[in-house]
Amino acid sequence: MSVFEQDQILAFIRDRYPQAEIEATDDIFGLGYVNSLFAMELVMFVEKTFGVAIPNDELRIENFQTAAVMAELVQRLAPSPAGAGI
Amino acid sequence: MTALATTAAPPGVAVVVDRESAREFVDEHITPYANDFERAGRLPEELLERMSQARLWAPFLPLELGGTALDLVTLGELHEEVGRGCSSVRSLLTVHTMLSWAVARWGTAEQRQRWGQELASGETLGAFCLSEPGAGSDATGIQTTAVRTADGWVLNGTKTWITNGQRADLYLVFARVGASIAAFLVPRALPGVGVRAIPEILGTRASMLAQVSFHDVELGPDALLGPSGFSSGMVLTGTLDLGRYSVAAGSVGIIQACLDACASYTTQRSVGGTAIRDYQLIQAKVSDMVTDVRAGRLLVAEAGRLKDAGEPATIVATWVAKYFASTAAARHAAEAVQVHGANGCSGNYPVARLYRDAKVMEIIEGSNEIQRITIAAEAYRGMAL
Repeated sequence: MSVFEQDQILAFIRDRYPQAEIEATDDIFGLGYVNSLFAMELVMFVEKTFGVAIPNDELRIENFQTAAVMAELVQRLAPSPAGAGI
Repeated sequence: MTALATTAAPPGVAVVVDRESAREFVDEHITPYANDFERAGRLPEELLERMSQARLWAPFLPLELGGTALDLVTLGELHEEVGRGCSSVRSLLTVHTMLSWAVARWGTAEQRQRWGQELASGETLGAFCLSEPGAGSDATGIQTTAVRTADGWVLNGTKTWITNGQRADLYLVFARVGASIAAFLVPRALPGVGVRAIPEILGTRASMLAQVSFHDVELGPDALLGPSGFSSGMVLTGTLDLGRYSVAAGSVGIIQACLDACASYTTQRSVGGTAIRDYQLIQAKVSDMVTDVRAGRLLVAEAGRLKDAGEPATIVATWVAKYFASTAAARHAAEAVQVHGANGCSGNYPVARLYRDAKVMEIIEGSNEIQRITIAAEAYRGMAL
């Protein structure tokens, strides 16, 4: 997991809900912050900020419940750095 | 049925690529006939064909789907120009845009391959089926159901106020699947699909509204569009967002049409030997139209710029643009009728049609009451309380 991505995602969520105390591993669905609007905003934010396209089969609740798991999703979807190999 | 006025068949129609070419198309093929379209209660096939020749239906689609990847700021300008000419035509563009965008954004490779080119060319026209007799803006009230079967899905329910429902070839239908809402692509030709025209509507009278019913309509597994589960609501949110953007742009077009009509009429009409344009009460109305058309245009452009940039802030920006432009359009259309006096109440001028159409803009794609609730919620969401 990348702390960089996680912090950016967390900052986005906190910016939208500054009255709440939200940590990286908090379930934002369980806390009641996600409606269809915020879900759309989250997807747009992640795609724009990290330059990834989230395919339909990755649009699962397990991938968006916390800032930490969203950061893991970004890591999986991000293109490998040039020159990186096995 | 009232005979439709049609223009002489042109040897070729120029492709619309920007505001200027859209304006030329609208001035030649739409504006002169808009009152006739309204009286007939439908749009002529010749016009739909010319829109295909002009590549107006879905130019924002990517190249591989037959579009030109037109940016959304320019798309808004095109829809404004069409809305200036006739809100019924713009309404068809809106719902076709919504369906086409949903296929491009959420469709599988197979769905994009199947429908993309036909949607881009206008060979297949789309319609958006959300509202029901008992559910409008409240999507949670949807009663239409889609039930999984061994072969795909079975769809049952009734949708109403469906723009272009009479003419569309493909419906984007939102239905209840268990506890959530999902979107389905439903060809009109399938057995069990019924279409009933809705006559005598207040405005956008040529938008070919229909009630569309689905009785045990059997769909293949590939009819489901987009994700299911928690994120299925995003298909609806995203699609409505684009529709709202189009309506906002079209509302700016209505204001411009009111301004054009009033500028022309007040120059020609005189009272006691004085052109009424020289009266300050008339000037006040015209100056407000000038101001609001510019403000509305800027708000739409901002929303479009944010869409092109992929910024989440576009959703709220679009709410604001739609709320502002549609309320201003209704206000100025009422004033435009007033400026025209008794002539404004007749079918000899465009303003009575603009007045009827503008009222509809305050209701569709989320009523303005809903818009104000969501805009206010946004104000409070950003506050640390």
